[in-house]
Amino acid sequence: MIEREVTIKNRAGIHARPAALIVKVANGYSSDIFMEKNGNKINAKSIMGIITLGAAYNTTLSIVAEGEDEKDAVDAIVHLFENRFEEE
Amino acid sequence: MDTFTVLDLLDLDLIEHDALELKCFAGRPGLTREITVPDLNRPGLALAGFLDKFAYNRIQVFGRGETAFLDKLHYENNIEAIKKMFTYPIPCCVFSHELTPHEEFIQTAEEAGVPLLQTTLATADFSSRVIRALESVFASQKVVHASLVEVFGIGILIMGDSGVGKSETALELIERGHRLICDDAVEIRCVSGNILMGSAFNAVTSHHMEIRGLGIINVAHLFGVGAIRDKKQVQLVVHLENWDNGKAYDRLGSADEKEEILGVHVPSLYVPIKPGRNNAILIEVAAMVERLKKMGYHSAKEFDQNVLDWLESENARALYFQKEDKF
Repeated sequence: MIEREVTIKNRAGIHARPAALIVKVANGYSSDIFMEKNGNKINAKSIMGIITLGAAYNTTLSIVAEGEDEKDAVDAIVHLFENRFEEE
Repeated sequence: MDTFTVLDLLDLDLIEHDALELKCFAGRPGLTREITVPDLNRPGLALAGFLDKFAYNRIQVFGRGETAFLDKLHYENNIEAIKKMFTYPIPCCVFSHELTPHEEFIQTAEEAGVPLLQTTLATADFSSRVIRALESVFASQKVVHASLVEVFGIGILIMGDSGVGKSETALELIERGHRLICDDAVEIRCVSGNILMGSAFNAVTSHHMEIRGLGIINVAHLFGVGAIRDKKQVQLVVHLENWDNGKAYDRLGSADEKEEILGVHVPSLYVPIKPGRNNAILIEVAAMVERLKKMGYHSAKEFDQNVLDWLESENARALYFQKEDKF
């Protein structure tokens, strides 16, 4: 199991478009991938779940992955956050 | 869980016989104080000067008796006990019957940064309501990746891996006249130790669904207000999974499997998915079977009993006929 912390750097937070992007990337991996905020863990392969987290600007989340390709999965998702989901 | 402050208590969205009818009349800056235990204290002993084992971390409730005692202390010019009580980090004081204490008390509380609240309710009524409200706030909680629907009055939690068809199954159930509580992120709370209450983890996104190929839809707008519900007890867990030829599925239905969620045992089923099997109808039937079980009628066991009875009578007849043959 791999866990990494990320901070949301795009102004709008995780709204529908970034959520769809995360799900798209997460679905490319066979590992179970979760996002955690305040002890609530949701599946990173579910758009509504991710939006439900209410992750606004500057929130810190942890990305957890478990499975064969866990390392690549976490790297890919962290990369999205660092890129600010290609937004401002 | 996030911290629960006095302001959160005032902001709780409770209606009718749950409403706390609270308002803050002094010490507003203290509204950020945290409430850490779901309990109350009547501070009679503390006011009388006895502070051993004073439950200062609870909400302090002042009824008619306590308020009358405060007045007595005021006339006697004896506010030492009050000052002493406020040296403890009290989350807040609540006055029932809309009672107001004298000015000196208010001043002391404000200096100590303790918010003072008032309720129109009687003390006993307020106590039972606030404990009920706090119990649900402090209940053990978890968020599960599932859909929660109400089918024929039974709260069914549909679980399964991503992409197995939870949302599509829930959508078909809604189409057939059942209700959606929440899709995708379901918050489950263990209330009064043995009830699992399911609701949307986030009210903003509740009653919305994401369906592959369609995008995000608003169920309340599309199917009407009759198709939604805010919360429902979880009474059955249905696991959807892709058909696995190597796995032995329950063929009789007499296993009565249970599953533990937050320490509560809930009946659970594993339903394999295959083209040609209609999940919505399967779940409808599972709901009806569950209702019958609650009424004391167990289809699988009843069937088994009938077979046993029949075998017994048949054996008896065979035995009888064999005897006949010998004569």
